Amino acid sequence: MTDERPFAARLIDSRLFMPVAAIVLLIAVWEAGCRVFDVPAFLLPAPSRVVDGFGDVTVYRWGEHVWATLRVALLGYFFSIVVSIPVAVTLARSALLSRTLYPLLVVIQSTPVVAVAPIIIVVLGAGDTPRVVITFLITFFPIVVSTTTGMMATPPELVELSRSLRAPAVREITQVRLPFAVPYIFSALKISVTLAVIGAVVAEFVAADKGIGYFIQFSTSFFKVPQAFAGLFVLAALSITLFQAVTLVQRLFFAWSLPKEGA
Amino acid sequence: MPGTQTAALDFRAVGHTFRTRAGAGVQALSGVDLAIHRHEFVAVVGPSGCGKSTLLRLAAGLILPTDGVVEMFGRAITEPPDGVGIVFQKPTLLPWLNVTDNVLFPLRHKFGRAKSSDVDRARELVEMVGLGGFADRMPEELSGGMQQRAAIARALLLDPDILLMDEPFSALDALTREEMGFELQKIWAQRPKTVLFITHSVSEAVLLSDRVFVMSARPGRIVETLDIDLPRPRDIDTTTHPKMTEMSAHLRGLLLSREEAIA
Repeated sequence: MTDERPFAARLIDSRLFMPVAAIVLLIAVWEAGCRVFDVPAFLLPAPSRVVDGFGDVTVYRWGEHVWATLRVALLGYFFSIVVSIPVAVTLARSALLSRTLYPLLVVIQSTPVVAVAPIIIVVLGAGDTPRVVITFLITFFPIVVSTTTGMMATPPELVELSRSLRAPAVREITQVRLPFAVPYIFSALKISVTLAVIGAVVAEFVAADKGIGYFIQFSTSFFKVPQAFAGLFVLAALSITLFQAVTLVQRLFFAWSLPKEGA
Repeated sequence: MPGTQTAALDFRAVGHTFRTRAGAGVQALSGVDLAIHRHEFVAVVGPSGCGKSTLLRLAAGLILPTDGVVEMFGRAITEPPDGVGIVFQKPTLLPWLNVTDNVLFPLRHKFGRAKSSDVDRARELVEMVGLGGFADRMPEELSGGMQQRAAIARALLLDPDILLMDEPFSALDALTREEMGFELQKIWAQRPKTVLFITHSVSEAVLLSDRVFVMSARPGRIVETLDIDLPRPRDIDTTTHPKMTEMSAHLRGLLLSREEAIA
């Protein structure tokens, strides 16, 4: 069945066209505004100046900065997953431990990581370790909470089915509760992966000699604002890529956990 | 015959009182005497909240009576016994497993593995409940009635002596519900089981059962037992059988007058 409607109508309906058009329009307005009002580049660089900003740094240097940030973000994220899921299983299993540990987790979560970051750097010294710890601190809470919620949301009938079979408790977790939590876990993983980039950048703001966060701070302190903007775009691209990567993993391996089309 | 052989399920002076969180006791069942013979199809009808489901969970060993004793083939139930299959109101299939794997779930869950002969048996059951062409489909691709068929096959996998059904067709539309009733009868004829069938539909109870127990509102107790001596197999003509209409009307009257008495 071919679409008989006019080209313009089909274009507006296509998934990509409207958002891309909005972005192109925004960039055009931004560029025009900067030129018409002659805004100095150190206040707000026009998009064309930002493009030049990319060129001010060699590809190799960009690669170094991106890798430094990516490495910290991914390491922190990885440890966060490895620690959070067992913690969530424990919280879901034991009401006593849940009562004991939950307030502690809330305290950690409620303390602004930005404020704790300098202390962590002082305590843990130079190197990646303090930065990974900061990233870990900012990412683990959503994963713990979502995983626990998902495990508790398992239909009671299935828990009864498991009990009626006198199945080992381990299998109740691995075959029923954890799989049921998968949609919840992935929504947390998507939030946390972007938080991981934030964590890495916050750590770099406090103490680093590499990384996109460091690069932005360094550039602004020398009023190289176009360059800072370029860094910002790289950071956004990094976040979006990581987010899409997590989405892809879910689509490839846990397709059943995705919301139904049209639902 | 009753009394000459050990009942498949025997409730003797069974009472059950739930503890609420506030610590108050809610009496769900009181002084229930009920014996179900081997391969007998028994339905329990009663107003909602009368403790019908509590009765079923006692038979499954998921909860233990606070008064009296529940015996299965002469042995008191103190934990979930082997040889019991449960079908719940909702199909509660595992969304990440296809139909065959869902049917195999009890085996994999209880013992951690399934042999190829078990897979064959699961496929046979899938065939028997009328899902022949859907063995590899995912639950989300099936209608509610088909999902419930799969749930019945799952309950039959370990070849239980006793099949416990908790309002299994109440979430289905009227037509599908009737069809499922006849289907269940066919399955029961092929694989005779002792069936405890909880329902709030009087006509469904009469159509399917050898005996119908009527329960009173909370605290639930058996107020009447009715032998259904309609010829088998029962089909669409049975629904208009004068005796069927008469017995249904009698039961309905009984339930209504009880509810009025409470109001």
